[in-house]
Amino acid sequence: MSSPILRLVAQRILLGLVLLLAVSVLIFAGTQILPGDVAQAILGQSATPEALANLREQLGLNDPAWLRYVHWLWGILHGDFGTAQSSGLDIATSISTRLKNTLFLAACAAIVAVPLAIVLGLIAVRYRNGFVDKLISGLALASTSFPEFFIGYVLIYFFAVKWQIFPSISTVDDSTPFLERLQAVVLPATALTLVVLAHMMRMTRAAILNVMQSAYIETAELKGLKAFDIIRKHAFPNAIAPVVNVVMLNLAYLIVGVVVVEVIFVYPGMGQYLVDHVAKRDVPVVQAVGLIFAAVYITLNIVADIAAIVANPRLRHPK
Amino acid sequence: MSNELDYLSRRVAAGKLSRRDFLGRAAALGVAATVANSLLSKAVRAAGPVKGGTLKAGLQGGESTNSLDPATFLSQVPFAFGKCWGETLVELAPGGGVEYLIAEEIGSSDDAKTWTMKIRKGVQFHNGKEVTPDDVVATLKRHSDEKSKSGALGVLKSIDTIKVDGGNVVVTLKDPNADMPYLMADYHLIIQPNGGMDKPDAGIGTGPYKITGNQPGVKHTAARFDHYWQPDKYGHADQVEIVVVNDPTARMAALQGGQVNMINRVEPKIVDLVKRLPGVTIRAASGRGFYPFNMFCDTAPFDNNDLRMALKLAMDREEMLTKILRGYGEVGNDMPVNKAYPLFAGDFEQRKFDPEKAAAAYKKSGHSGSILLRTSDVAFPGAVDAAQLYQQSAAKAGIKIEIKREPGDGYWTEVWNKQPFSLSYWGGRPTQDQMYSTAYLSTADWNDTRWKRLDFDKMVLAARGELDEAKRKKIYRDMGEVMRDEGGLIVPFFNQFVDATGKGVEGWVDNPAQELSNGHALIECWLQA
Repeated sequence: MSSPILRLVAQRILLGLVLLLAVSVLIFAGTQILPGDVAQAILGQSATPEALANLREQLGLNDPAWLRYVHWLWGILHGDFGTAQSSGLDIATSISTRLKNTLFLAACAAIVAVPLAIVLGLIAVRYRNGFVDKLISGLALASTSFPEFFIGYVLIYFFAVKWQIFPSISTVDDSTPFLERLQAVVLPATALTLVVLAHMMRMTRAAILNVMQSAYIETAELKGLKAFDIIRKHAFPNAIAPVVNVVMLNLAYLIVGVVVVEVIFVYPGMGQYLVDHVAKRDVPVVQAVGLIFAAVYITLNIVADIAAIVANPRLRHPK
Repeated sequence: MSNELDYLSRRVAAGKLSRRDFLGRAAALGVAATVANSLLSKAVRAAGPVKGGTLKAGLQGGESTNSLDPATFLSQVPFAFGKCWGETLVELAPGGGVEYLIAEEIGSSDDAKTWTMKIRKGVQFHNGKEVTPDDVVATLKRHSDEKSKSGALGVLKSIDTIKVDGGNVVVTLKDPNADMPYLMADYHLIIQPNGGMDKPDAGIGTGPYKITGNQPGVKHTAARFDHYWQPDKYGHADQVEIVVVNDPTARMAALQGGQVNMINRVEPKIVDLVKRLPGVTIRAASGRGFYPFNMFCDTAPFDNNDLRMALKLAMDREEMLTKILRGYGEVGNDMPVNKAYPLFAGDFEQRKFDPEKAAAAYKKSGHSGSILLRTSDVAFPGAVDAAQLYQQSAAKAGIKIEIKREPGDGYWTEVWNKQPFSLSYWGGRPTQDQMYSTAYLSTADWNDTRWKRLDFDKMVLAARGELDEAKRKKIYRDMGEVMRDEGGLIVPFFNQFVDATGKGVEGWVDNPAQELSNGHALIECWLQA
């Protein structure tokens, strides 16, 4: 089994790298067409022409675009993201703290959301079209239909303002002890869970129901197996590929799409960091964050693909 | 009756009576709650500040791009944090005028060109070094250097030479300027060891708090500096903390939930709701900030004064004030200054909405067709609504306004000061001279109304060099009048700074200069147990 699988995996990884390179060109080109420039944005409304000219010179904004792209790519290949133009801080250092925070929040949300979504999906299938199924689907759809900021505000109103159980401000830093950190992310993680839950749950349900149409399920039913065992032992393993796919998509969302939740709960993650620097036209940071986000997406998609291959005997043992 | 209230208020200050009981008692005696509250805060202030605790602020206006280099300060959070750890030569006093900090005294020659600043002795930096005149000179040199990217560069452009003379720093100007001490209150001009030439973002200053944590865009913390030179006045809490909360709803929630003690920028539309919350106090201060509609005086059709006048008369200022700011401000009078400025003469007739006169002026101008007004959410809070409200009132005078809503991104680079009719904001300046010089001199970089009049320039320079206050006031009055009747500026209102504090925050002083009591709230307030 090893050689075809390994070849497939290697292929995917290579493809991922090519894709990443293409994305890097897009990101760089995209940041070049933003209106205004970083010097103006840094100095703001109170910029004098002299100060602007000085800053442009100092930031090397006068070089041609392709040269700056090559420099940038060369730096990244050596693990050097450069320094932020607006604050002069090393980007890699700033990002590592932020990325850690984002990953922590995403992990907390995922640990709750993924098993919950799958179990709820299984239950919904077991009682399909019955009251329980409709209740689960209804609640999940409702929670996903509300915009994130609304869910966030509702959580803040009850848990932070009214009952004062959890903080509404989730600022953490490297020195925050683990338990405090956990307490800080309860509300944002809950908000995120509510946002991604429905999608995963519905996809799990749909994928399993799809399998449930198969002839061998009927055989299992005729054998007299319990409904839940049929789902768990016969249907679910065959529905893993699409479920993993949607789970990965949502994990990616938890990492790159949480800007709104981070802003509301004042959580120092990547989203907030990116927004600040886009507003300041701080191109190196925007590029670095964009590239990391792209890498996250591509990696998780590769993982999903590989999981699908591994889970499918027909792909595992090609004729 | 007032004796009883005085007595009771002192008991509250001493912690022997609850605030609620006091207010109840005051109400029983028929005293309005506002009066009772002011009585109370007076008593609390008289009882003296309470030391200790951690004072936390949740503020809008911080980004992860912020640096500790005072030259780069731009938004609210660096400004407020800067006041915690750093000090300038002088400060703007709440009642106008200046308060001396690092400078003990500032005196000028008769022609207002040579200024001598006596530097206070015995003031220590956080690194233990004493402030010397050399540090001051280096600071001023760094910010006034042509190559500097300091936000104070424009203000300091008029400086010719800076040198040390014993315990003094002597500054000579290219042109006379009676307002020189006010220039030194610019918040960028924090005095740093060797002027910050070596390490501008080291965050070493002479302020009441020493930096203990600095995470731009997230959180800034500082602890009391033991060798601060005026410990009775500033630095009552043991620690201060600024959490950056850019989302207005989250900011309000943090104050209500008790996670922070004060917030800035309460949105005008929710102020009346916030006032009803128990434990929350609204701190609104009238200031010098205003939200102008700028017309380019040198670009058609706005190069015609009849048309400009028509557009001014077509503005319903009262309606704007009530609907956009919910009354948290005062109506403007088409000039960039108001009574919050020293030397402001208040005897101008208030311009009123007059559709008939506006229509007549519009007809006289000979212009027809619609007029394009550009606006954006970022111009000021409620700017898009303000433009629409204006469109409606102008329609009553038969003037058709076409609104173009521009993206917030790039508004300040592509629209403001580039397009002939747009909305903007100004935070005001400490003196009339600075306000006029920044935006209404022919040569000003930010002449956002293209107001280019040599006779007006002469008046600005004459007032600047005039040391006789009465004469100066007269010139400023004349300038205001010309601006009001011929300028390219429509000023619907001057906005108030609306901040809020939570339970137990005492010692707040309203200051028209800037929000958060000119940034002093954290060092000036204390927590009443």
